[in-house]
Amino acid sequence: MSAEVPQALIDEVLRTAGSTPDRLLQILVTLQAQLDFLPPTLISRLAEQLGMPRSRVEGVAGFYSFLHLAPAGRYRVRFSDNIIDRMLGSEALMATMCANLQLRPGVPSADGRVTVSTTSCTGMGDQGPAVLVNDRAIGRLNHQRVMEICDLIRHDAPLSAWPEELFHVDDNIRRADALLSSPMVAGSALAKAVALGRDGWLAQMQASKLRGRGGAGFTTAVKWLACRDAAGADKVVVCNADEGEPGTFKDRVLLNRHADLVFEGMTLAAWATGARDGLLYLRGEYAWLRPQLEATLAARRAAGLLGSGILGQTGFDFDIAIHLGAGAYVCGEESALLESLEGKRGTPRIRPPFPVTHGYLGRPTVVNNVETLAKTCLIARDGGAAFAATGTAQSAGTKLLSISGDCARPGVYEYPFGVSIQQVLDDCGAADVLAVQVGGASGVTVAPYEFQRRIAFEDVPSAGAFMVFDSSRDIFEVARNFVHFFAHESCGFCTPCRVGTALLKGYMDKLAEGYGALQDLADIDWLDRLLKNASHCGLGSSAPNPVVDTLLKFRPAYERRIQHADFQPAFDLDGALARARQMTGRDDAGAHFDTGMGATR
Amino acid sequence: MSATFLLDGQPVSFEPGQTILEAARAAGRYIPHLCWHPDFPPHGSCKLCIVKVAGRHVSSCAMPAKEGWEVESDTPEMNGERRALLQMLFVEGNHFCPSCEKSGNCQLQALAYDLEMMTPRFNHFFPDRPVDASHPDVLLDFNRCIYCELCVRASRDKDGKGIFALTNRGIHKHLVVNAESGRLADTDFSADDMAANICPVGVILHKRVGFAVPIGQRTYDEAPIHLVAMRPEAAGDD
Ligand SMILES: Cc1cc2nc3c(=O)[nH]c(=O)nc-3n(C[C@H](O)[C@H](O)[C@H](O)COP(=O)(O)O)c2cc1C
Ligand code: SF4
Ligand code: SF4
Ligand code: FES
Repeated sequence: MSAEVPQALIDEVLRTAGSTPDRLLQILVTLQAQLDFLPPTLISRLAEQLGMPRSRVEGVAGFYSFLHLAPAGRYRVRFSDNIIDRMLGSEALMATMCANLQLRPGVPSADGRVTVSTTSCTGMGDQGPAVLVNDRAIGRLNHQRVMEICDLIRHDAPLSAWPEELFHVDDNIRRADALLSSPMVAGSALAKAVALGRDGWLAQMQASKLRGRGGAGFTTAVKWLACRDAAGADKVVVCNADEGEPGTFKDRVLLNRHADLVFEGMTLAAWATGARDGLLYLRGEYAWLRPQLEATLAARRAAGLLGSGILGQTGFDFDIAIHLGAGAYVCGEESALLESLEGKRGTPRIRPPFPVTHGYLGRPTVVNNVETLAKTCLIARDGGAAFAATGTAQSAGTKLLSISGDCARPGVYEYPFGVSIQQVLDDCGAADVLAVQVGGASGVTVAPYEFQRRIAFEDVPSAGAFMVFDSSRDIFEVARNFVHFFAHESCGFCTPCRVGTALLKGYMDKLAEGYGALQDLADIDWLDRLLKNASHCGLGSSAPNPVVDTLLKFRPAYERRIQHADFQPAFDLDGALARARQMTGRDDAGAHFDTGMGATR
Repeated sequence: MSATFLLDGQPVSFEPGQTILEAARAAGRYIPHLCWHPDFPPHGSCKLCIVKVAGRHVSSCAMPAKEGWEVESDTPEMNGERRALLQMLFVEGNHFCPSCEKSGNCQLQALAYDLEMMTPRFNHFFPDRPVDASHPDVLLDFNRCIYCELCVRASRDKDGKGIFALTNRGIHKHLVVNAESGRLADTDFSADDMAANICPVGVILHKRVGFAVPIGQRTYDEAPIHLVAMRPEAAGDD
């Protein structure tokens, strides 16, 4: 791929993806898919054609994990590196693949054909270990599948010619309640809301007490009202389908099986706020869902459920476009998501102002989670009061849980809010449980003495992940995996998170390698506090959660690793001298540090 | 009657929309800052300006003041956290102050003195960062970058050039210049650009003027940063 990129291709991409600076990320994603990497000359030419500094194009391209500025092979295999995938054997399988293809992780093969690396959770925890090959997902990996993939790669088989069976993704719906059990005819919820009028519909939303399912739990009707009342006629509805929280995959299932509910929810939000533009931000890991989502959108347009004069209502004009992410967890944070939608680096904005008044391109914007939007269809169909009557006092309705880890039946479970953790564990077939990570890496580590607690905003809140660890697991390694995740996903904007997550990772690795000292635990506490207090966005402030929780509830898992009462440097002093000893041919006592470390290791 | 809030117990009046930091400065009260600059909208990245309001930490450079707020800034707790943020900035880069041309004029160094940062506390990262000496008039020593983006903002918004931008992310985030070669010499950068004269630390350095003022007689050798920063002419301070 050293040859010059044909101008005709660039022109074609700019024609279809748009040629304004706010389209930059979509342009780069499209070109990456076609060219396998983005050569320097292409970056320069794009900058020229879009009329922006080259440095900015390079800055955006460099932010996203799935965009490559250097050759990365025609096949880019990424192993999902969540702790759940690891527990299912991903590391050994990756080693097998690397050995078979004769390459090192993260380094393109000598023939430039393939790169094998890791990536943050790909949202397949119910059927891991999982990989992405370019933009396709493969689950249920085992030795045989790894060999099959290696063969296909060696034979240069185009992805379109790989056996479809490899790419089969199960929905694994194990428990259905209000949302998942009732099929809905496309447009039926919308018709009810339209009959109520815009204000009548908002009144139902207020009565429903629906709270956001994306994490923060903000009351949806309040958000919609604020957007409706914000100055500016050009409002926007954004569906947050970034689903980057490790261990979460319920939005994947909703998008795969119930896309109509999601799009109808966006249209219901448009009816309430007066928005004419809708955007679905689909994480790059789910790019394989895009064709079927586009087909659903086309069907809805044909049925008069999108476009102008929806359901015959003059002035009800709304349509939805899909934007792709490219491997950046922080883009799930709503203001970073807006930056990314505008084609920029996913850096969280200063707030206030909030998106409801200054969102996408400065326009009043509602940002809602996939599940939140799907739930609004139930409210339109059955009324707000019926919705509010389920769940708990402060958490109306049901919650989809993505259950994975040590249990017999991983998958998606829909429960009314208020279900106890023990009940969920019983239902999914988990035994001998050491801990449950509720809400993903940024969530809460729940210990057995707390299993009677309930999933609800007022008790244990959850964006949807529910990862089970039995007593054969090492909870310290779980926390360490999450700390690595946050360090990898920090956008790097603010000091405490950029440096703090990297430092925390260093301390956790130091403990893991057996160099831990008591002083390290004090430093870890201090970093936890700085991250929580001083970070610019929710990524940094929740990054220490797994460490704080496990230190509190599973302290022996840390203390076991501490061999030194006071201070111990992070590296092996004696080991660092090994090369000098080899060169000088010495191995006497004087050529060793007297720390005891060299001897014990 | 304008509205007021309390800063460490003392009333500070403010205009609607004014941030805590701006209002404090107007009232002659100093709150530490690194990425904030009077000629630009707040950036909010360094977090040196954090203050505590009703138990919550906020960036005073970016947070609009509110009537009746009780703001804690010059307290052992806030200064302790600021010191830790400085330590983070020191260990993530390569700051060898004694050999740095910016020594004595550097805001990072000055703040470290002012907030009595005695040790780096954390392990040094010792990153491998390049020096770009290609430009005839200006040297870039990326070892000292604190990512305040003042050069990015000045070049984009004032010079109209877009010479600098950030790429990559997390701890791997770094500056790039606007040239396919990656060399400053291949851009239209000029030593007269605002971006050439705004770096608070020793990254963007003018050639052939090194050590014109001896160390020991420089800005922050003469007066601490909490006084210098409050002088009317103290824009970025250079
Ligand atoms: C680091 C970070 C990542 C997030 N990721 C997601 C995500 O993937 N999906 C999501 O819906 N919300 C995510 N959120 C929450 C959003 O910022 C926002 O609160 C949510 O999309 C609002 O929708 P809701 O009110 O319907 O929950 C994230 C927040 C943070 C701080
Ligand atoms: S907290 Fe982390 S992710 Fe959020 S802005 Fe700061 S560096 Fe970026
Ligand atoms: S080079 Fe200087 S002005 Fe630019 S971001 Fe780095 S520290 Fe700030
Ligand atoms: S001065 Fe406020 S964050 Fe830098």
